[in-house]
Parts: sequence; C-alpha cells; structure tokens
Amino acid sequence: MSSTAPRRTALDALHRSLGATMTDFAGWDMPLRYGSERDEHLAVRTKAGLFDLSHMGEITVTGPDAARLLNYALVGNIASVGVGRARYTMICRADGGILDDLIVYRLAETEYMVVANASNAQIVLDSLVERAEGFDAVVRDDRDAYALLAVQGPESPGILKSLTDADLDGLKYYAGLPGTVAGVPALIARTGYTGEDGFELFVSPADAEKLWLALTEAGAPVGLIPCGLSCRDTLRLEAGMPLYGHELSTSLTPFDAGLGRVVKFEKDGDFVGRGALEAAAERAASQPPRVLVGLVAEGRRVPRAGYSVVADGQVIGEITSGAPSPTLGRPIAMAYVDAAHSAPGTTGVGVDIRGSHEPYEVVALPFYKREK
Amino acid sequence: MSNPQQLRYSKEHEWLSVAEDGVSTVGITEFAANALGDVVYAQLPEVGSTVTAGESCGELESTKSVSDLYSPVGGEVTEINEDVVNDPSLVNSAPFEGGWLFKVRVAEEPADLLSADEYTAFSAG
Repeated sequence: MSSTAPRRTALDALHRSLGATMTDFAGWDMPLRYGSERDEHLAVRTKAGLFDLSHMGEITVTGPDAARLLNYALVGNIASVGVGRARYTMICRADGGILDDLIVYRLAETEYMVVANASNAQIVLDSLVERAEGFDAVVRDDRDAYALLAVQGPESPGILKSLTDADLDGLKYYAGLPGTVAGVPALIARTGYTGEDGFELFVSPADAEKLWLALTEAGAPVGLIPCGLSCRDTLRLEAGMPLYGHELSTSLTPFDAGLGRVVKFEKDGDFVGRGALEAAAERAASQPPRVLVGLVAEGRRVPRAGYSVVADGQVIGEITSGAPSPTLGRPIAMAYVDAAHSAPGTTGVGVDIRGSHEPYEVVALPFYKREK
Repeated sequence: MSNPQQLRYSKEHEWLSVAEDGVSTVGITEFAANALGDVVYAQLPEVGSTVTAGESCGELESTKSVSDLYSPVGGEVTEINEDVVNDPSLVNSAPFEGGWLFKVRVAEEPADLLSADEYTAFSAG
C-alpha cells in the first residue's frame, strides 16, 4: 500500500455522523463498527444489517470476446454464466497461486462486471488488462463508478421490496438485475458475505447517501442497523467463507484451500494456470498437504491468525482466522492442519494461545448455516 | 463520555478508586472499553497474587484484539470481579461501576497518576 492518506467512500460523512469507529482497510477508511459489533452481528443473523462496501473493486469487461477472455483469465467457466446471473470464481497465476477470489456478474451477453477485493483490485485489473491481449474485449476500471451498499439478513427482502418494483422473488441467490431502489438506479444483486439472505446494491457514488438513508428509514422499524467490517468478518467466518490474505494467498492453489470445485478443467480452451492446477488437483487428491478445517474452542480464549495448532506437543497447523462467535457463544477459527488431524471429531487438538495450549474441537465447515 | 472526578487514572487507561481501609478498586476507562470493542474474555490476576504498578497482570480480549491489562498500582490482589469473568460485556456496559476488574491492597502508588480532568485531556489528545 502507498503511504498516502486512506481513501474515503461517498458515505464517509454519514459514517462519522453516526459515530462509527473507523479503520484503515486496504487503503480505505472504513467503518469498523458503529456500536457493539456483537449487536451488529446478531442484527444480521436475526433481522437486518446495512453495510457500506464501497471499497470493493469493480472492473467491467465488455466486447465480443468478453466471455472468452474471462474463461482464459479466470479459473471458472464464465462463458456458461447466464445473463443476469453471478458466479464465485478465482483468478490464479500461471503457477496456480490464487491472486484473488471474485464474483463475476454477467450483465449482458457481452458485458460482465468483475468484483475484486479492495486489497487486490489493482492486481486483478492489471492481470485482466495483460491477459486481454489478443482478445476483442475491453477491460475498464470502474472502481470509482460505483458505491456498494449491502442489506443482509432475514428482513432484507421485505425492506428492499418496500423500495423497489423490481422482481425480487424472481431474483435467485447469485443473480443480479438492473432496477431502481428508492428512486436510485441500481444493479440489484442477491449476493453477500454473511451466510444470510441479502442484497448488494451497486449504485453511483452520487446516489449512495440517498439510498443509505432510504434503506435506514425502511429498515429501522424491523430492526435494521448500520454494520461495520468487524461483524462482517465474524459473519463470514461463521459461514465458513474464506477471506483473501487469511485462507487464500498466492502460495496456495484453490485445491489447497479446499475450493477446487471453482476450477473448471472441462471448459473450452486454455486458461492461465491450467497445467499447474491439474498437478495441484492430483496432489490434493493423492497426498493432501494441509487441510482447511474449523475449530471450536472448549474454553473462552480467542485464537488469532498466525497462532499454531498443536497436537501431542507438535505444531500441526496454523490458524488463518479466529474470533469469538456470537452465534455459537464460543471462540471459533479456521486453520490449515495436517491431513492426519483434519477429520471432524479428531481429539487432542489444541491452539497455542500465547504459550498455553487450549483445547479445541475439529469440526466440519461451516460453523453456521441458515435455515432456508 | 465523562470520567468520574473521584477516580484517578493511568496512562494505560486504567482507573483507581480512593482506598478504603487501604484497598482500592481497579478497572479500565470508558475510553479504553470503547477502543477495545466488545470484551469477550477477561483474564484477571489471582486473588492473593502481587501486582506491580505499570506491569501486565492479565489480559482483556475483544472481538478484534487481545490487550494486556496493567495495574495502576502495586500491591496484593484481595478480590476479583467474578461477574466480569462470567460476563465480560460488563466492561463495556459499565466500565466505571459493575465492570470493575479487581481490588488491590495498595503497597506502592506511582506519583504520575492523573486526575479526571488530566486524563480527559490525555485521552482526547
């Protein structure tokens, strides 16, 4: 990151007026929490929460070869995504290392929007531009063209319905359609990073405040509150969703991260990383290195990223994310551990928390799954 | 937020009550509690142990971080707040009252503890 002052979203003044605790996140000054992060977490699980996610990086890819380009540049079969649908995918290096995880929306036959993590948006943009050589497609940096608001939680469909004529009942999970919300033109996507039903609304930064206020007004009676990045992290952790820089990195392939399903070898044509990923798939099947697992504490001390996972006095893995889980009422973590200790129910596993070995239970991910 | 006038304060954001029969109560300030976020785990010193002014004697864990707990004075710990051990959120909801942390028989008191007004200026700075 450069040493310049952090960037501010279109909602910055609003966050400050709400008394948000702000934090520097990937070069952006973002709300960490407005009040209690536990209350914010529980609001999303039981009612609704409103997030400013304008730090996310939007990149538009257009042109006759847009689908072919994305099939070459990314590991998923992007050409097979229907118009109005979205896909979770990854962009890898030639050696198979993960550059970022992405959501790609197909907005039209020859138009896609790629949404990258803020910390990786420049790398993703540069890689797409480089990989676009020879394709009849244009890669456009649209990071400044959008503000992104998310409404997440079981009350979110009702809240949004009161503000739009768009057919939300027809909008499936991982789909997106253009519409109008509170008089504001928006791309309405049924996506999120919380494990709950919810929507992400891509709008012009000039409209962000109007939309935020309308959502707050419509949602407050049913318990919607503004939510910061702190609870977004515990929500995604409970839902077993990976976070780049924690569970995902350039030194891991999707297969190492237990996400080999996003790599589509059967798609037409070559793609960046194919050879290395075929080898990685074989390696993961025959002699898995470390495996991503869930850990639940028996005690109350919280594991943090980088702490060692131990068994019989030996280090057998490393924590990638850890937090107190508001839903489970106990600390939880994701960790890469040696395959021999990765089966749910494995006993004798602990976490080295500042010198003391605290007992943990190995569980299958996710920790939390909503009832549909 | 207002810092009670009758307390004294350390630059590590602990407060200390006026001693009664030589025993003072210790907690963290509202400023510190807000900075930590929701406290989820409190490891307090053991009753009967000796704490030293300015040295770590426990830890407070919040959603995002773990912080050392420093004692503003030296002496023997006479009591810990079991309510906080069972419900660490008391530190957030009532840092100057029900969220107190431990009591200490004061043997050594540093000269540089702050008054409420001094601490208010310090924590605002």
